Amino acid sequence: MSDTQKKPIDFMGIRKIASVFSITLIIVSIALLATRGLNLGMDFTGGTSVELEYQQAPALAEVRTTLNEAGYSNFVVQNFGSDTTVLVRMRESGNDELAREVTGALSASGAELELVSSEFVGSQVGEELKEDSGLGLLIALAVVLIYVGMRFQFKFGIASVLPLAHDVIIVLGVFALFQWTFDLTVLAALLAVIGYSLNDTIVVADRIRENFRKLREGDSWFIINESIHQTISRTINTSGTTLVVLLALYLFGGEAINNFALALMIGVVVGTYSSIYVSANMLMVLGVSREDLMVPAKEGAVDQEEEEQPPEWLNRM
Amino acid sequence: MLNKYPLWKNLIILIALVIGFVYALPNLFPDDHAIQITGARSSTEIDQRILDRALDAMEAEGIAVKSSELQDRNGLIRVQNGDDQLKARPVVQEALGSDYLVALNMAPSTPDWLRSLGAGPMKLGLDLRGGVHFLLEVDMETAVEQRLEATSGQIKRELREERIRYRGGDLEGRQIVLSFRDEQSRSEAFSLIRDQYNQFLMDEQTDGDELKIVLSLSEQEVKSIQDYALEQNLTTIRNRVNELGVAEPLVQRQGADRIIVELPGVQDTAQAKRVLGATANLEFRLEARQDAPSAETESFPFRDNPQRTARLEREVIVTGNNVSNAQQAFDENGQPQVNITMDSVGGDLMNRATRNAIQRRMAVLFIEYKTETQQQMVDGEMQSVEERVVEKGIISLATIQSALGSSFRITGLDSIPEASELALLLRAGSLAAPMYFVQERTIGPSLGQKNIDAGMMSVALGFALVLVYMAIYYRGFGMIANVALTLNLMMLIACMSILSATLTLPGIAGIVLTVGMAVDANVLIFERIREELKAGVPPQSAINSGYSRAFVSIVDANITTLLVAVILFAMGSGPVKGFAITLCLGILTSMFSGLMVSRSIVNLVYGGRKIEKLSIGGKLANV
Repeated sequence: MSDTQKKPIDFMGIRKIASVFSITLIIVSIALLATRGLNLGMDFTGGTSVELEYQQAPALAEVRTTLNEAGYSNFVVQNFGSDTTVLVRMRESGNDELAREVTGALSASGAELELVSSEFVGSQVGEELKEDSGLGLLIALAVVLIYVGMRFQFKFGIASVLPLAHDVIIVLGVFALFQWTFDLTVLAALLAVIGYSLNDTIVVADRIRENFRKLREGDSWFIINESIHQTISRTINTSGTTLVVLLALYLFGGEAINNFALALMIGVVVGTYSSIYVSANMLMVLGVSREDLMVPAKEGAVDQEEEEQPPEWLNRM
Repeated sequence: MLNKYPLWKNLIILIALVIGFVYALPNLFPDDHAIQITGARSSTEIDQRILDRALDAMEAEGIAVKSSELQDRNGLIRVQNGDDQLKARPVVQEALGSDYLVALNMAPSTPDWLRSLGAGPMKLGLDLRGGVHFLLEVDMETAVEQRLEATSGQIKRELREERIRYRGGDLEGRQIVLSFRDEQSRSEAFSLIRDQYNQFLMDEQTDGDELKIVLSLSEQEVKSIQDYALEQNLTTIRNRVNELGVAEPLVQRQGADRIIVELPGVQDTAQAKRVLGATANLEFRLEARQDAPSAETESFPFRDNPQRTARLEREVIVTGNNVSNAQQAFDENGQPQVNITMDSVGGDLMNRATRNAIQRRMAVLFIEYKTETQQQMVDGEMQSVEERVVEKGIISLATIQSALGSSFRITGLDSIPEASELALLLRAGSLAAPMYFVQERTIGPSLGQKNIDAGMMSVALGFALVLVYMAIYYRGFGMIANVALTLNLMMLIACMSILSATLTLPGIAGIVLTVGMAVDANVLIFERIREELKAGVPPQSAINSGYSRAFVSIVDANITTLLVAVILFAMGSGPVKGFAITLCLGILTSMFSGLMVSRSIVNLVYGGRKIEKLSIGGKLANV
């Protein structure tokens, strides 16, 4: 991959295929979200969950029977992390004593167990979280659009926000497909994916802008391709180190952040892809040209000052 | 000269790193398990004698003590491990009696010289140390209603005192409606109310032969009532948490109507919930006269015998909110009672009401707010519906022998525990409005430790993998990036310690992610340097232009990521916030280490001399 002596790889050559690929993925994701929906975690639906550590691995069927006999219905019993750990989840969100009652019912059956953790979320809180989260994602996208629009140019703003939406939708689609639990940590991961993918996109955009100003010849197609080629090795390395640590997190971080790590891993892969194909593609479609960047180029002196400022501003934080 | 930092720049970087080192250092000393002894009342001092009693009791049980110390208001005994800590608590509590509160605590073992610099370890979140987390919601409708009821009582009292005749006064939603027989009383009342109760918007209405004054609260006034209710509840909850004897509790307002309570180390959620959420309150009312109009009276059952009821006046003399002290005691017959001292306002109100009512009877109403779940058929499906119910019952109805002042006693309580809990609640202050639990999380101590281990493991592994990756790919420069990355991790931990940010499991995930992304700055720079080298630029200027050209990309990319992280922090709650904090700080420290620290090292290694080639990996350097 570091063999940059050769002629630039023809990234943009397969852009038509990439477009079809992206659009298909998005349509499939949206269809999955519409039909299967997300398996929302308790943070959003409200409900009760109890995590219990048994001395000896219990038969899940027996646990279910015990709970049935104790008069509960509408619950999910599953192993969590290991076969001695049992997670009981209930949709009911009206009774904040439920966790304790369930523990009582199960230990009454003679099994030796210990309460590892329990959680109760009122339905009201869940409902609000859902709204706030959606709002958070939208605000994040809007702020990015504004910042990039100001910092670069409006076309770049669009070309960096659309890939983000692309990434978010695809990660959501994968979660809908496998019905992995979507909880607060996954939401946090999603926002981190936005941050990460944006990082990638900006680096490529930055190089495109630079090349438009520097290279006197070559059409947009050539310049964009050249820019991607120049940044590809950085893109792959950063994605590599990030994926490597996420893998460590996925393997050893514990059950509670498994889905978080998963969402990020998918996000990093999709984000890397989208910063090359979706973003650059958008720029082509929007017809970015040298003229678009000539106006800000005149403000080069001002730009320089701005660029010196951020570190100082950051230091003061 | 190219690639030489001036001395002052190197010094600044060095100083920043030394400061970072010092403040990150305390995290290497793990917290000791400890039990903390405080007085149940603020006047109780803890001295060496008390501490010795506790130590003796622990020795008798064979629990090893690491050390013990007296701090300004409390005593601290450090033990070897968590098991000992759990064993020691009941032992010490029994030895010292109920005048003292014994709580589980984690005591930092930071050496004194570090502590004198104000350095301390990061705080661990609940998911790492175990405990309970509650989110309580204040019932604002009731808060407003209660305030309106109180004000309407006050207005009516004043009207009577001024001998202005009125027919009735009811609450209708957020309005008080007073009605009068004739125009003259209405206009007198109108000017009286206008002068003294300017929080209301007043309106005159005529409905048949009823002449009415409608008092409604302005939006602003409603808001200030709600603010007051929340602040009052916060104070009360803090007092109650103190009564529970929990070390380092967190009681915090969230949004307009919620309160977060975090109690580290607490495992018995039942007791915590009962004391925190208890909304028991008292109301003192006079028994209605025989001839009182039914609009002014209300019937209540007795608490011990629901069949028996009594007709009371609607007007409340005074509530538990005016209690300044309450103690559980026994009456002559050995029955539990609560001795109550009112504050000056309460005493005054009580005295005014009772001196004109000698030989009448006064009732003490015990009020409880509860949430009940009921199964209901909704759209053909069984659903559980939450209902908030208020239970009011008379606990005593006694003849007033003489005008009461600010001290008196209440009898008629069922049991000693009930009497002492009522005393505790009255003492800790009552809630200005009832509250309900809307979220609860319990984390057992074993899970906390497991989470710490898992988190540390993934940080260590992720970190090691990145170090190897960079070393292989970028050779010498990779090693420099690795030093910068290590220092970055140190700075991040130092920043979190200085800000005393709370470390949670998602926070650790944020650190892991930062480790992966922090090398991005260096990767960008190194790729630029390689490009320059390939273009035939001599090594020294390649380094220089590599750094300066990558600068813009790095700043742009990081600022946008920072924006997203800040949004995450502002919008998120609980676990998301912890992640956002480490992400934000991580971006800032990685910019410092990626740009400044790595440059400084590169300059020290390569700067100011003639070099032929750079150890930066890739085809060119390796040929």
